[in-house]
Amino acid sequence: MNVPLPMAETTTCDDVPVLKERGQHEVFCGLTGILWLHRKMQDAFFLIVGSRTCAHLMQSAAGVMIFAQPRFGTAVIEEKDLAGMADMNTELDRVVGRLLARRPELKTVFLVGSCPSEVIKLDLHRAAERLTGLHGPDVRFAHYSGSGIETTFTQGEDACLNSLVPALPEKTDDTPELLVVGTLADVVEQQLTRIFDAIGLGPVRLLPGKSSRALPPVGEGTRLLMAQPWVDDTIRSLQRRGAELIRATFPYGAEGTEAWIRAAARRWGIDDAVVDAAVEGPRARARKALARHRDALVGKRVFLFPDSQGELPMARFLSRELGMELVEVGTPHLDRAHMEAELELLGPDVRLSEGQDVDRQLDRCRAERPDLTVCGMGLANPLEAEGLRTKWSIELVFTPVQGFEQAGDLAELFNRPIDRQQRLRF
Amino acid sequence: MQLTVWTYEGPPHVGAMRVVTGMKGVHYVLHAPQGDTYADLLFTMIERRDHRPPVTYTTFQARDLGGDTANLVQRSIADAYQRFKPDTLVVGASCTAELIQDDPGGLAERLDLPVPVVSLELPAYQRKENWGAAETFYQMVRTLTLHRAPERGEAFERDREPGSRPKVNLLGPTALGFRHRDDITEVTRLLDRLGVNVHVVAPWESSPHDLVRIPDADANVVMYPETADTVARWLERTFGQPRTTVVPIGIGATRDFVREVAEMLDLDPEPGLAGIQSNMPWWSKSIDSTYLTGKRVFVFGDATHAIAAARVAAEEMGFEVVGLGTFQREFARDVRKAAKAHGVEPLISDDHLEVEEAIEAAAPELVLGTQMERHIAKRLGVFCAVISAPVHVQDFPARYSPQMGPEGANVLFDTWVHPLVMGLEEHLLGLFQDDFEFTDGVGPSHLHTGTVPQDGATPHDGPAAGTLTGKDTTRTPVVPGPVVARASGDIEWLDSAEKELKRIPFFVRGKARRNTEKYALEQGVDAISVDILYEAKAHFGNR
Repeated sequence: MNVPLPMAETTTCDDVPVLKERGQHEVFCGLTGILWLHRKMQDAFFLIVGSRTCAHLMQSAAGVMIFAQPRFGTAVIEEKDLAGMADMNTELDRVVGRLLARRPELKTVFLVGSCPSEVIKLDLHRAAERLTGLHGPDVRFAHYSGSGIETTFTQGEDACLNSLVPALPEKTDDTPELLVVGTLADVVEQQLTRIFDAIGLGPVRLLPGKSSRALPPVGEGTRLLMAQPWVDDTIRSLQRRGAELIRATFPYGAEGTEAWIRAAARRWGIDDAVVDAAVEGPRARARKALARHRDALVGKRVFLFPDSQGELPMARFLSRELGMELVEVGTPHLDRAHMEAELELLGPDVRLSEGQDVDRQLDRCRAERPDLTVCGMGLANPLEAEGLRTKWSIELVFTPVQGFEQAGDLAELFNRPIDRQQRLRF
Repeated sequence: MQLTVWTYEGPPHVGAMRVVTGMKGVHYVLHAPQGDTYADLLFTMIERRDHRPPVTYTTFQARDLGGDTANLVQRSIADAYQRFKPDTLVVGASCTAELIQDDPGGLAERLDLPVPVVSLELPAYQRKENWGAAETFYQMVRTLTLHRAPERGEAFERDREPGSRPKVNLLGPTALGFRHRDDITEVTRLLDRLGVNVHVVAPWESSPHDLVRIPDADANVVMYPETADTVARWLERTFGQPRTTVVPIGIGATRDFVREVAEMLDLDPEPGLAGIQSNMPWWSKSIDSTYLTGKRVFVFGDATHAIAAARVAAEEMGFEVVGLGTFQREFARDVRKAAKAHGVEPLISDDHLEVEEAIEAAAPELVLGTQMERHIAKRLGVFCAVISAPVHVQDFPARYSPQMGPEGANVLFDTWVHPLVMGLEEHLLGLFQDDFEFTDGVGPSHLHTGTVPQDGATPHDGPAAGTLTGKDTTRTPVVPGPVVARASGDIEWLDSAEKELKRIPFFVRGKARRNTEKYALEQGVDAISVDILYEAKAHFGNR
């Protein structure tokens, strides 16, 4: 794990075969991204235009029931809306009016499309324009779809950020700027920003930031780093606005984080020695933290069900830094261009699967009897009851796991079920 | 359109899932997009089930819409049958698929499967979870027993061996129910002492074969009207099976229930009544419980549990019921009737903000509610015990913890009394007010939880938060709402009165403030002095 990374040289990632499956998917829809987005963007409200199911999902799915008043809600479509007894646009305007009366501090309202609103072809684009006319410029209305017929879990964040791209101001000069794309925990953001500062790389901007209105400029000179593996469409839209993508691994583990930083540094033409000096300390700490878990995990066989699109970088971390053996790595959606660096590190022998047929995948998992299965909460307890150890995957999205200082925490998430098995005497 | 943040009930297909997941040998093919699979984790995480719910989702995508989603449905049904080989197949659509109108029932029929197929029509834009459960249960029982129905005008033949005990069905318990597992045991014991056997328990752990046997019982015990009332009425009409109307939660209701069953089956109730042995009546009569007298409680939940809790609160705990409500419009009439008996305005609402306002206005000392009210109560600094679904992982205790029958009454006593400030402690708090270690900020000493907000007022900057797994971790800013403890209108508190009010123990201060303001309003006084405070106290007593 100490070797310099071969970037886009040896194998091409097209070599890696992928098992493509289309059966029952057992994944969340894109609405669930709101659970972290509404905490990140503190002046925004996410109004799902959907059904009771959407509202129920939001309160049950992620295991979060933040009471008080979260900055999201559902405008629940009712029979009278569908039967045409009420005009849905008028109804939506009424709901938004009521919301803004209660929450005058809001700066942006995202109208979030759902499965039912997409099927009845409710035009949220026009609704957003109309509502901006009514409540602008104080409140801006954006819209995107988090529907389960179009998006899987983390793709909701991609759709949300992508909807912001047109609102990003035009960059006025071509001086280089780094734009880090994808929600990171505050603590991770600060750590990574400190390292960029230390090597003299900047200015560094973030999307999303705390404000939905103070958006970073984009254009000539904007250089992009993906902080999360699921911001594919946002990256493409930013590229269309003149930004350039720096291809890199994702910042999971010591290796991924270092490669991620080095990729940017190289583009800035920063001397390797400068980067060495800045990453040396954090990297040593990360390795020390990882060593604590490596003994428990090395040689253990792990099976990853598709969930967040974070599976490939996660698998690369598990195999290369913790010595785990990859049985199958599932991902809901594989964007080969953005996963290029990860695919190279994973090598040609890994069994990848894209999409899902959950019953068949469970058959494969049971046949392999891995030491650890990374899967959603709907599958974890049933597999535990069959004697398999599991790590429920949503925790990997809801915990700060990127960067050097979190590498040990990330390893611990995988080690904990195995550690627990050893402690319990039943 | 209705703006919703939190909901008391899920969509109706989740109710259907509660029925089929509670059963054995049934599989449910649900025409639904991938996001709807979240519902699985309600059962595997909250209820800690060790099997996936027996549900196959078609998980259609946008790109399928232009093509042939009907084909996808039919393939999913055929595959699910092949893989799971259920004794009965249930098919239906969730909210999104309802809009596409693929008719899963008709598609299943065309497959000509060798097992009964129950086709569900659950209007997702009109109805909710409990209705969906009741309708599913009814459709399943109807499909599986209709062939046994007697000709019109004829009675159903029931053969009972001479001298054998009468038998009843227990109807209503489902997966993800509030303490259903333990209530079944308790009611079974209760009936046993009365000399009655349990024939079929359904949907809980029943198979389609069990459902076929339902008409052979002498009567039906409707454990939870939310899920069993529809089917029990149909069974009464079709098979002449009488049904119970009393839900045995609390000692009084348990006695009434035993009498009702005895009368229905022509039995002597005495052995059953003598079998009701619970510590609760003595615990409640014991002098240490006198401090419970007249405590103001606000009750909100599903209709069954709310009505029962209000009765227990008033008749068996000696509390004062200051509010009673439910989120179930279907049972509004029953709740209105009960509210009238308790002399309070019924609250029929599924809007948690409205419930919050009602609780604030009633200024109770204890809230008996759902997980929603637990959060509301926490925010208001009032104690709360959970009495009803919607459920939370904490509502599935490892220990035996029924709500019904004699042991259920014990459980109610313990759970409701536990959060309250106890007897002498209450007085000690009142006697010496400026103890630096024993002040407002400190809750009851037997609870080691954090602080209780001052004044019984709303701590709008310190919201309650919680997660499904029981940890309270997240903090969210809240918009200012109405603060109950501030004087309304033009009434003003003089400094001296405000100081005096602070000397009243925190857990009754909200009530004292409210009563004083009410009194001042009635008297036409616009400034509250110390005298007015005590005049109000004299006027209202400790009410």
